[in-house]
Amino acid sequence: MQRKFSFEALFVKYCGVAAVVFSLGCLIVLLTVIFINGIPGLRLDFLTHFPSRFPAQAGIFSALIGTFWILVMTALFSIPLGVMTGIYLEELAKDNWVKRLIQVNIANLSGVPSVVYGILGLAVFVRFLGFDRSILSGALTMSLLILPIIIIATTEAIRAVPLSIRLAAFGVGASPRQVIWYHVLPEAMPGILTGVVLALSRAIGESAPLIMIGALSFVAFVPHHPLDSFTVLSIQIFNWVSRPQEAFHALASSAIVVLLGITLSMNVLAIYLRTRFVQRRGGD
Amino acid sequence: MKGLENTQSFALKRSLSSPSNSLSENIFKGLLYVATSVSVVTTIGIVVVLLSEAIQFFKEISFVEFFTGTQWTPLIEPKHFGILPLVCGTLLVGVGASLIAVPVGVASALFLSEYVRGSLRTILKSTLEVLAGIPTVVYGYLAITFVTPQLQQFIPNLEVFNALSAAIVVGIMIIPTISSVSQDAFEAVPRELRDAAYGLGGRKHQVAMTVVFPAALSGFVASVILGFSRAIGETMAVTLAAGSTPKLSFNPLQSIQTMTSYIVQVSLGDTPAGTIEYRSIFVVGLTLFSMTLISNLIAQWFSRRFQERYL
Repeated sequence: MQRKFSFEALFVKYCGVAAVVFSLGCLIVLLTVIFINGIPGLRLDFLTHFPSRFPAQAGIFSALIGTFWILVMTALFSIPLGVMTGIYLEELAKDNWVKRLIQVNIANLSGVPSVVYGILGLAVFVRFLGFDRSILSGALTMSLLILPIIIIATTEAIRAVPLSIRLAAFGVGASPRQVIWYHVLPEAMPGILTGVVLALSRAIGESAPLIMIGALSFVAFVPHHPLDSFTVLSIQIFNWVSRPQEAFHALASSAIVVLLGITLSMNVLAIYLRTRFVQRRGGD
Repeated sequence: MKGLENTQSFALKRSLSSPSNSLSENIFKGLLYVATSVSVVTTIGIVVVLLSEAIQFFKEISFVEFFTGTQWTPLIEPKHFGILPLVCGTLLVGVGASLIAVPVGVASALFLSEYVRGSLRTILKSTLEVLAGIPTVVYGYLAITFVTPQLQQFIPNLEVFNALSAAIVVGIMIIPTISSVSQDAFEAVPRELRDAAYGLGGRKHQVAMTVVFPAALSGFVASVILGFSRAIGETMAVTLAAGSTPKLSFNPLQSIQTMTSYIVQVSLGDTPAGTIEYRSIFVVGLTLFSMTLISNLIAQWFSRRFQERYL
């Protein structure tokens, strides 16, 4: 059937095309600007030097180590807490007002600005509990920040596990703990892992909460202990960008290349883990 | 089938939460209760921390001065504590960012859900989401080193720190929030509605604009409010790009200050606890927290209304 030419039809369609092209264009411009400015400064001694007031000697060694500390400790706190909360909400909680209240609460927590978590961390971990401006305070603050993301990913992954798997397990006499531990969790693992890795990559990029708890931006030593003071990549970048000199902006763009490299490879890791699990369990 | 699923699900809930005498079962359940309580305690913690310092603050500064004062100069004498300039700066960035992100976000969401099929849709959607995964400090860097210098070629009187370039980068940052939430809403519109419209001879753009979009309107509204709430809570990009001069003006070419960047500014300066400056970050934090909480609750109300209708 021959259709009449319609200006409106083309307009609606090409508005959509334009919007998608605009967004993709922003992404491409953003990455291009960063890589053009950042790649030239990316030498080995940039990775192994401490920050310095002389741009030529400055590096990101302490920031890299600090980022690693924050990443590992945040994972230690947030993964067990988030996954257990997700299990509780999906498998154990009765459908009543308490469950709905907790769900609304978690949805709202995920919308709280990161700087407010920073204020919480400053008041509770730094001052009240006396952990001072340490890695421990930073990791605890970051854990609270990404907890809602992990919980939501876990509940969604568990919800997607077919009912028949649970029924079969109960049918052969498994206890609730055994059903969850040996059947529901392994089945939900790809979804949970993807959520966890994405949440951790958010933790690596966040800087506002760590600035609030007073992470130092000039750290010329490597932290050895959870109670040591520290800096992370994103704060080092913030520090360099906020200086007026061009040379520091160039350092910032090299550090951004490293930061984006870590974040992007975590995303690739998430995809890899997901496909591996699907294969091992015989595919979907 | 639906009925059977429900019965099974009910039976399952009974067996999962049935009382058990085994020690390991009880330890397992106990751990789950403790973990779940952490998220509740976090919310209580935020409210208690913000309120307790805010109460101390309002013992020295009156409500009237705080909510109606037009000057915010807590760090220099004479000190004034009127929140309006910070709220004004925050709204300027939030509204500016929405002006960019709402049209782009909703147009790409409608396009992806109605015109694109299969794996291309998934690829495009997840590529757009990369924009949301880029650390916000990177957007701040781009605003200062790229967006502002480019804009200055067209707008000569643009200040080095300005609300405009902050709003642009924050707008780009929240495109994925708006587009992916909207897209989910558009895709959830039942197929019967589309089929009926096609059966009446509707063409693709007519179905998209007069059936799918109106049907998913509340989901779209929810996405806009969520995006706006993310924009006003955004911290690092505006701290770097928008400056630190609180102004009660809606001129986007000038340097302004948002609530979030004030909080960062004070915390960078190592202010001793117990002073009025230290308490002011909690009051500003409380204002910001209330604004985002109210936005998020409204967004949830809209998306629940959408789900009740169709899901």
